[in-house]
Amino acid sequence: MRWGRRAAATAPAETLPRTAVELRDVTHAYGDRTVLSSISLTLTEPRVGVIGGNGSGKSTFARLLNGLVLPSSGTVLVDGLDTRSRAREVRRRVGFVFQDPDAQIVHPTVAEDLAFGPTNQGVAPAEIDRRVDDVLVRYGLDGHRDHPAHLLSGGQKQLLAIAGVLVMRPERIVFDEPTTLLDLANTRRVARVIDELEQDVVVVTHHLDLLAGFDRVLVFEDGRVAADGSPAETVPWYVARIS
Amino acid sequence: MLSLYLPGASPVHRAPAGLKLAVLAALGVGLFLVSRVEVVAGALAAVLAVGLAVARLPGRALWAQVRPVWIWLAALFVVHLLVTGPLPGAVAVLRLLTLVLAAAVVTATTRVTALVAVVEWLVQPLRLVGVRPARVGLVVAMTLRFIPLLAERAARIREAQTARGAERVRLGLLVPLVISVLQLAHTLSEALDARGADDTPARPLRRAAGSVGPA
Amino acid sequence: MKTRDLAYVALFAAIVAVLGLLPPVPVPGIPVPITAQTLGVMLAGSVLGARRGALALLVFLAVVAVGAPVLSGGRGGLGVFVGPTAGFLYSWPVAAFVIGWLTQLSWRRFNLAWALVANLVGGVVVIYAIGIPFTSLYADVPLWTSFTGSLAFIPGDVVKAVAASVVAVAVHRAYPVIELPTRRATAG
Ligand SMILES: Nc1ncnc2c1ncn2[C@@H]1O[C@H](COP(=O)(O)OP(=O)(O)OP(=O)(O)O)[C@@H](O)[C@H]1O
Ligand SMILES: [Mg+2]
Repeated sequence: MRWGRRAAATAPAETLPRTAVELRDVTHAYGDRTVLSSISLTLTEPRVGVIGGNGSGKSTFARLLNGLVLPSSGTVLVDGLDTRSRAREVRRRVGFVFQDPDAQIVHPTVAEDLAFGPTNQGVAPAEIDRRVDDVLVRYGLDGHRDHPAHLLSGGQKQLLAIAGVLVMRPERIVFDEPTTLLDLANTRRVARVIDELEQDVVVVTHHLDLLAGFDRVLVFEDGRVAADGSPAETVPWYVARIS
Repeated sequence: MLSLYLPGASPVHRAPAGLKLAVLAALGVGLFLVSRVEVVAGALAAVLAVGLAVARLPGRALWAQVRPVWIWLAALFVVHLLVTGPLPGAVAVLRLLTLVLAAAVVTATTRVTALVAVVEWLVQPLRLVGVRPARVGLVVAMTLRFIPLLAERAARIREAQTARGAERVRLGLLVPLVISVLQLAHTLSEALDARGADDTPARPLRRAAGSVGPA
Repeated sequence: MKTRDLAYVALFAAIVAVLGLLPPVPVPGIPVPITAQTLGVMLAGSVLGARRGALALLVFLAVVAVGAPVLSGGRGGLGVFVGPTAGFLYSWPVAAFVIGWLTQLSWRRFNLAWALVANLVGGVVVIYAIGIPFTSLYADVPLWTSFTGSLAFIPGDVVKAVAASVVAVAVHRAYPVIELPTRRATAG
């Protein structure tokens, strides 16, 4: 299922390695307010979901995984690389998609925005063009190449944001509530897109049905992992707990 | 897009942006070195010929750029009539008119991306003081990207305040707008980091405008 | 510069542009309608501080130069930089810098009075001190003529300085962006 669709332009040699993310006794505080306390776990599963109430620390956890937030104490390792000292390499491996696509589209037009990440990585222009063409076709944005990004629909913007990360060829992609601002049809569409990714993913979400078929789900509560297991175990537990 | 560019295939459109800007700059200096009315009038005629006949721009587009300074030019002529006389007045007015029109022609025939590339090129010497030209281009592009978004947010804040019965919203609009912009800047900078904006300290010049694909 | 600063600069340049899109407001007792754009200059300086504020205005001018019609009245392109009132445009980055500098100077005791001083000096005095001589040199008219021609705009600019100061004080309370080099003794 995950391997459902492979882009024609992707060179077959580039099979993606699996990424292991390890948290060792991680605590995080904003100022003197602790929002994550002593979390230790290792993520190796291709599909990891993260759920929990507002303010329970999910976004902070997600940002720790690629070094956008550095732990106040403890260590986060991506394939053995410490996010504190090897931020650049970590960010090459772990991409990030935010809740609000408007905050992550940085260029005025679609194709320019897609080229942004790989340009930063120093990818050759011809290769960038190839990758951009590839994702434009894959996400049905083909006719919108030179369109102003702000004229896209909310769903298209989120697809553009995902595409903008995909062209950087990360090994794992972290999504922080990728469907919260979308309608039902676009939520399904983005869910399908995530499902078809060959990359490993971590998805923070309040849409529990997104997690069907996931390998592992973490439930956050007050900055701790309150439950950790298959969706069949954790999701009903979470639902029972809040009702 | 938010731009005064009018697509076309004329030689003026196809000329390199840097060349057009250089000509404009030369004109700006040159016009102030001469004070003979026939030379200045000739320059005006040439600019109009390039804009209307060669680049085939609609007269409307050029007029739109002249209209805001029109009153000012008229006032300038009157001042000169009283102070120096009709001929110096005509020269002063024609000079400004020529420059404004020439600038309008360059703006209307040059893609934003090409002009941004020129901006990046122009700031190259500032490398010496630590400025990264590619980042200058990035910030200009981000500004263009966020203008429509902020305009929309401003409109939404105004609606929300009107819905809650606020009559005079102009000042009240600004505080939430500025704060929402500061919060947006926070997420935006995270997104920039996540996409490697900090990765390469010195990059070669951004890809030329054409490589992204024609409109 | 940190990426955070790039974001601030780009977004404040965009704010200045958006304020230029608002239609001019007629105010009773003031001879010409007020446009909101220099309000953006004042906000950039007093919210972001000297350096980032000045950069935001430089970027705004670059955006105008590359053809975005974002000056009040829908003007834009290179023409405005060679027009008779171009000096006022050139004064904006300087004005934002001065406002930001005065704001930083008074940062520890920042209040409405200090904000007003910063915005009146930077946002009115500096702008006219650059704009008026430029116009008079450029169009070859006497300084005095150029000055009296600009008088009508001054009341509106004072109104804007008051507005910008009120907003700056409110924003600083809710979301302070300026950081002084010296560390505070206690957190929170
Ligand atoms: N940059 C920050 N500075 C200070 N406090 C923060 C910051 N970001 C988050 N917090 C606080 O940390 C706590 C955890 O926030 P976090 O965003 O990780 O929660 P979340 O589980 O993602 O919530 P939500 O479901 O609402 O997105 C919250 O109480 C929040 O107010
Ligand atoms: Mg969150």
